[in-house]
Amino acid sequence: MTSPTTASPGKGPAIVPLPYDATTLLPLLGDGWRERLVQMFRGMLLGRTLDTRMLNLQRQGRVGFYGPASGQEAANVGAALALEPQDWVFPGLREQLIALVRGYDLPRYVHHLFGNDMDPAKGRQMPCHPSAREVQYVSMSSVIGTQIVHAVGCAFAQRYRKDRAISVAFFGDGATSANDFHSGMNFAGVFDLPVLFVCTNNQWAISVPTARQTAAPSFAAKASAYGFPGERVDGTDVVAVYHHVRRVRGAMAEDPHPHLLELVLYRLTPHSSSDDPSRYQPKGWREEAMARDPLARLEELLDRTGVLPASEREAIRRELDAEIRSAIQEAEVIPPPRNETLFQDTLKEPSWPLTEERDSFDREQGGHFP
Amino acid sequence: MTEMTIIQAINRALEFAMKDDPDVICLGEDIGVNGGVFRATEGLQKQFGEERVMDTPLNESGIIGTAVGMALYGLKPVAEIQFLDFIYPGFDQIVSELAKFRYRSGGQYPCHVVIRTPYGGGIKGGLYHSQSTEQLFTSTPGLKVVVPSTPADAKGLLLTAIHDEDPVLFLEPKRIYRTVTGEVPEGDHRVPFGKARVVREGTDVSVFAYGAMIPTVQQACQVLETTGIRAEVVDLRSLMPLDTEAVLRSVEKTGRAVIVHEAPKFCGYGAEIAALLAEKAIYSLKAPVLRITGYDTPFPYSLENLYLPNVDRIARGIQRTVQAG
Ligand SMILES: Cc1ncc(C[n+]2csc(CCOP(=O)(O)OP(=O)(O)O)c2C)c(N)n1
Ligand SMILES: [Mg+2]
Repeated sequence: MTSPTTASPGKGPAIVPLPYDATTLLPLLGDGWRERLVQMFRGMLLGRTLDTRMLNLQRQGRVGFYGPASGQEAANVGAALALEPQDWVFPGLREQLIALVRGYDLPRYVHHLFGNDMDPAKGRQMPCHPSAREVQYVSMSSVIGTQIVHAVGCAFAQRYRKDRAISVAFFGDGATSANDFHSGMNFAGVFDLPVLFVCTNNQWAISVPTARQTAAPSFAAKASAYGFPGERVDGTDVVAVYHHVRRVRGAMAEDPHPHLLELVLYRLTPHSSSDDPSRYQPKGWREEAMARDPLARLEELLDRTGVLPASEREAIRRELDAEIRSAIQEAEVIPPPRNETLFQDTLKEPSWPLTEERDSFDREQGGHFP
Repeated sequence: MTEMTIIQAINRALEFAMKDDPDVICLGEDIGVNGGVFRATEGLQKQFGEERVMDTPLNESGIIGTAVGMALYGLKPVAEIQFLDFIYPGFDQIVSELAKFRYRSGGQYPCHVVIRTPYGGGIKGGLYHSQSTEQLFTSTPGLKVVVPSTPADAKGLLLTAIHDEDPVLFLEPKRIYRTVTGEVPEGDHRVPFGKARVVREGTDVSVFAYGAMIPTVQQACQVLETTGIRAEVVDLRSLMPLDTEAVLRSVEKTGRAVIVHEAPKFCGYGAEIAALLAEKAIYSLKAPVLRITGYDTPFPYSLENLYLPNVDRIARGIQRTVQAG
């Protein structure tokens, strides 16, 4: 297991190399390790590029909100590639990239970011809250921690139906203080269910550092109180994340028990488009974080192993950028969801007074509802 | 048809549903070996095993959140919360998650969970084993809320709840769990949601109530019969969806309305009925609408009989309403 990071030596964002070479990558990533690295790069770069573009659009007032996950790409991509497609993902705040890596259509996601009529969730939620049933990526709320328990119930159902899939709950360091962290961990332990708990410890819960979330030596340490293993992994190292998630996933397939992985990483952006970290992050923190930029670390490894030359990386970069731009162009001109969607999906069939509200809304608008 | 109590009818409904459909799973505190503190799940664990009748840790958010996860996958969980008074640790899971999954996912993730829980006073339970807070749930879009007052409705509404596709809060009138008996149809007996039940017909005043208030209201109306007042009693039983037609039909006939519930008056469920009448039946009304409710305080221990609407208070209220116009 890779130990958590300490401050990088020296000043400025000198990249801390990933500690691998061809001989260590083979056992960690398997036979197709070169292709794996390319896949990882592509996925991580997609996340990073999307963040950059969308934060820009948000500043220009073209989308209402954006929640970036820069700094967490290794966690998202490593985990997404290590899990099986049939596994259920219960996301925390910053796992949207997992849905995309698992095959969620990028233009569809961008429609969601614009909350337009093509958003499969009908513009019901703020940006970065996609529901992607086709890739077993469960709808999230904005309430911190609640999804942790859902993963436990789903894991019960999987075991009950003799489905070999597992449930994976993602959550932040802040979420470990939420009631439902305890509820979920405890239920999973008591019923001994195949739930993989993934704590993405980006060291901040908005402005509050981890020391204000726990006095325990680590978040991983909490697992032992619930009767199952917890481990820390360097969450800026995509190879490590992939390897450890796959190892634990494999063990759970053989012998289904709960497991906690704490992925230690850095939040490279503000908490969201509405946040200003200069108010609370100490001097030097960002520099230390930048030295652990997961994407830069992977690029350094690609250079060292000669897997994907810079020119090819550049081509991928251009390709992704074009894909994102075209998705944005397409989404931006789509109108908001149709008015009748206001009145759909609260219950399967609306009942009074909603039926009456809908009809009177429609009358006032000229009677266009189907 | 078999004569039984409400608690027995609930037990039979659960047994029938579990036999009928392996996806039905019960979970809650003390529901297994112990059969539930009120014995609603008596014998079920023996019959269906520990996996289908699960004794959970003492954590309501865990119970409801776990049920949500089961339902997302496709099971039909029936969660028991030992008392409505203890549902609040799970309130977030109900209001933020259960009630909103279908909506927030654009219909991709319907989430059908039944939460059964005893509610209401009259058992010397004090503040924390007596409350009626149905309005917290009826005012949350995305939930259905039903309350039986007879054994047949207990079975019929519960089986409908278990096969419904929306989340259902099934409130059990614990005070009359064992005091009310009645004939219950065998097998797959279902009572549709959104249909009120006329308990007794009358011409002078409509009395709307539900759950454990129904027998008390009936008694009050019998007393009034001797004074010549013929009250119609409507058991709302499905609070959300509400049978607005039944409410309006009755008031159009009688011209007077009294609403009875255990919960406090202010912003209580009765306010919704009163507003409905004000909006849609004001010209049928011959007298002001009256609400007879629990007082707007926490629930008392020693004086609970004064707190709860009793026969005397209800009878006087009805009488005043009839005399008012
Ligand atoms: C129950 C709840 N309380 C407060 C908030 C407001 N809030 C949104 S994100 C956040 C911090 C979350 O921190 P963490 O779990 O570490 O996740 P991160 O944002 O770092 O990914 C807070 C306080 C919320 N969404 N839900
Ligand atoms: Mg955090």
